[in-house]
Parts: sequence; C-alpha cells; structure tokens
Amino acid sequence: MYAFEIDRPATLADALKALGAEEAQALGGGQTLIPALKARLASPARLVALSGVAEIKGIRTGENGALCIGGGTCHADVAAGAGAYPALAALAARIGDPAVRNRGTIGGSLANNDPSACYPAAVLGSGAVVVTTNRQIAADDFFEGMFTTTLEDSEIITEVRFPVPEVASYQKFEQPASRFALVGVFVAKYAGGVRVAVTGASEEGVFRWSEAEAALSGDFSPGAIEGLRLSGAGMISDLHGSGDYRAHLVAVMTRRAVAAAR
Amino acid sequence: MPEVSMTVNGKPAKGQIEGRTLLVEFLRESLSLTGTHMGCDTSQCGACVVHVNGRAVKSCTMFAAEAEGAEVTTIEGMAEPDGTLHPIQAAFQDHHGLQCGFCTPGMVMSAAALLKDNPTPTEAEVRDYLEGNICRCTGYHNIVKAILAASGQDVSRIAAE
Repeated sequence: MYAFEIDRPATLADALKALGAEEAQALGGGQTLIPALKARLASPARLVALSGVAEIKGIRTGENGALCIGGGTCHADVAAGAGAYPALAALAARIGDPAVRNRGTIGGSLANNDPSACYPAAVLGSGAVVVTTNRQIAADDFFEGMFTTTLEDSEIITEVRFPVPEVASYQKFEQPASRFALVGVFVAKYAGGVRVAVTGASEEGVFRWSEAEAALSGDFSPGAIEGLRLSGAGMISDLHGSGDYRAHLVAVMTRRAVAAAR
Repeated sequence: MPEVSMTVNGKPAKGQIEGRTLLVEFLRESLSLTGTHMGCDTSQCGACVVHVNGRAVKSCTMFAAEAEGAEVTTIEGMAEPDGTLHPIQAAFQDHHGLQCGFCTPGMVMSAAALLKDNPTPTEAEVRDYLEGNICRCTGYHNIVKAILAASGQDVSRIAAE
C-alpha cells in the first residue's frame, strides 16, 4: 500500500468535512477497498473511515412499511435484522464469509458497484431508493455501469429504502473461490408488477431483464418464462464462464428465483 | 505518526501507527502478539481472524486506526492466565484438529464466534461458518469434529478420517 492519512470521524458532518480534503476517499467496511489499496489499484492521499459514524448504521421501518437500512450497516446486521424482507436478509447472509459480513457495508457495496456484487441486484430488483447526504436517487438512476454510479466525490450513502414486496427471492450461482455471484438474479413481486434484476452477467453491471418482468407480471410462475432467453453478446466472458453460459444461467436462476419466492 | 489505543485481551494497549497499518501488523509487530497469523493477506484464508468488540473479523483487512477504543481478543486471550486451555483449544488438541497449526488461531477464533451465537451448531452449520477459514493440511474433518465436541455434543460416532 502507498502511504495515506486516515480520519475516523464520529459524525456525518465531520465525515463530509474530511471528504472535502484533496484526494480524500470514503472507506466503508474496507472489504473491497483495502485489498484494492494493497494491490495499488487505488492511491488516495486520505481515507475517511465511516465505521465510527453511528448515525448511518441500523435498520428501521420507514414510510409505507419500507425497510430502511443505514448505509454503514454491515451485512451480518442486515442478515440478522431485515426479517421484514426475508429475501434481502437471506442475500446479506450469503455475501462473502462470516468475518467479511461483520465488516462489509451495504453503502460500501453499492458505491463500489462491482458487476458481480449481490446488493446491487436487491436494490435494482426492489426499486429501492438510495439516500445520500445530498439527495434521494431511484435505483433505476443510480447504477451507471461497471464500478460506476451517479454518486459524486464527496457524497455519502446514508440510507437505502426498500419497498417490501409481496414475495421475492435472490438466487446466486456462486463462483466458489471468490463467493461473488457468477450470476445472481433477484426477483420481487409487487402489487404493481414484477421486477427482475441480474448481477454478475453483463459487462454493463447490474441490469433489469424487462422481457422476463413483463412475462412474470402476467403469470408469476417459472413456466411463464420457459424458453425466454438472453443473448450472450455483452455478457462477461472469463475463465469461469463464457458469455453464452452466463446468459443461459440468467434464465435458469430467474426460474429458480420465481419458484423459491416467498 | 498518530497513536492508537485499544484494549487487547483485557489489557490496555497503545502504539504509534501509520494510516496504512493493518490491525494484524499492529498486533504482531507493535504488541508482539504473534499468535495471530498473516496467511494470504487478501482476506481469504482466515488465519488472521480476531474478535473486535466481540465480532470475528479478518485483521489483515481492517486498519489499526479503526480499532481505536475497541475491545480486541486474539488467540493469546483465549486460555486462562494459568495456562489452562480454552475448551475450544482443548478440543482441537483432543480431536487432532490441527496438523501444521498455521490456520489454527483463526480456526479457534472463528469457532469461538460461531459458538457464541449458536451454542450447539449442526455439522453443516460448522462447515458453513468456516467458509472463510482455509486449512492447507486439509484437516477440516477433525476441525469440525473438535468444534462440535467443544459445543458439548457427542462426537464419538464421527469416525476419525
């Protein structure tokens, strides 16, 4: 790692002030950023650790029963505390391993927008709202492609508000070494229709599979999307699987998610 | 150089650190607590697992500065002051839960975190919880057996393999 200064503010106001410094970067749980720093893929002059900011941690019930999760809440706490949205709690319980889940945060995961991360699928699949220190961003506007979001440099995710669906499920085909999603599909059925979000597959990062959404909104059963498939063009192709393989997996995992939704 | 202070194994500890000093480096190099091992340095192997405020974390993937004011427990804090092994350590010895021993500190700390939350886990739950702890001697079978035994469950019917 290159040398840097580290701040550990106790309040959001102090964190924003610290982030105003030249070449400062926010540090969530560090489960992605610290390995990146070790590999010298990032070289900030100053890190602002958010782990001491209590006001962005915790889970509450918001307007219309929305499940609101503080940006600094770790995966283990979401797994234990998001009982009102079982599919989301189950997703959090399968990220990384237990020690990683005790550090990694939902805000950190979303800000990083790894194309194979789990949380972006839940946020996009639920039509959640990402609340920052500046504004509220709809999930459909938040993700801008691999490792890219609409967040600005000194903007911190304070909360993510999830409307709770009638039924939902996240099905992850795990890459066994990294435990990231080779393909992960989040399906959520709301009164107004079905949302299907796919992670791990596209070179553009998380995306909605609109054909499957339309079919499932009419008939919420695995049979409704039998035969429906995506093209392998634009899908990630690497040593773990070709684009065509990933496209095939998306259809399989979507059917499994519909069958498992509760 | 900034200073950090925390409680390690019940005793106050402080030292000078850089921003980039990892918790595992502070424990090993500043406090000479070399029981915590640095294996992969990429948060995969789990040899560096310690407890911070009661929760298992990989100390190679946390900065020492972030442990300011925290209660940290390392493998050195598990046995009684008179040297009597912690029940999990004793079970690892009784059930041959280690071979080379490199992964053992992390295995014991992960096991302790598991048993705190889930005092009588099933074999499947133990294996699932150890997902982030790698043993290169491939000794998982006896490690799992030792943890089940430490939880007070009868392991006499589990064959030693």
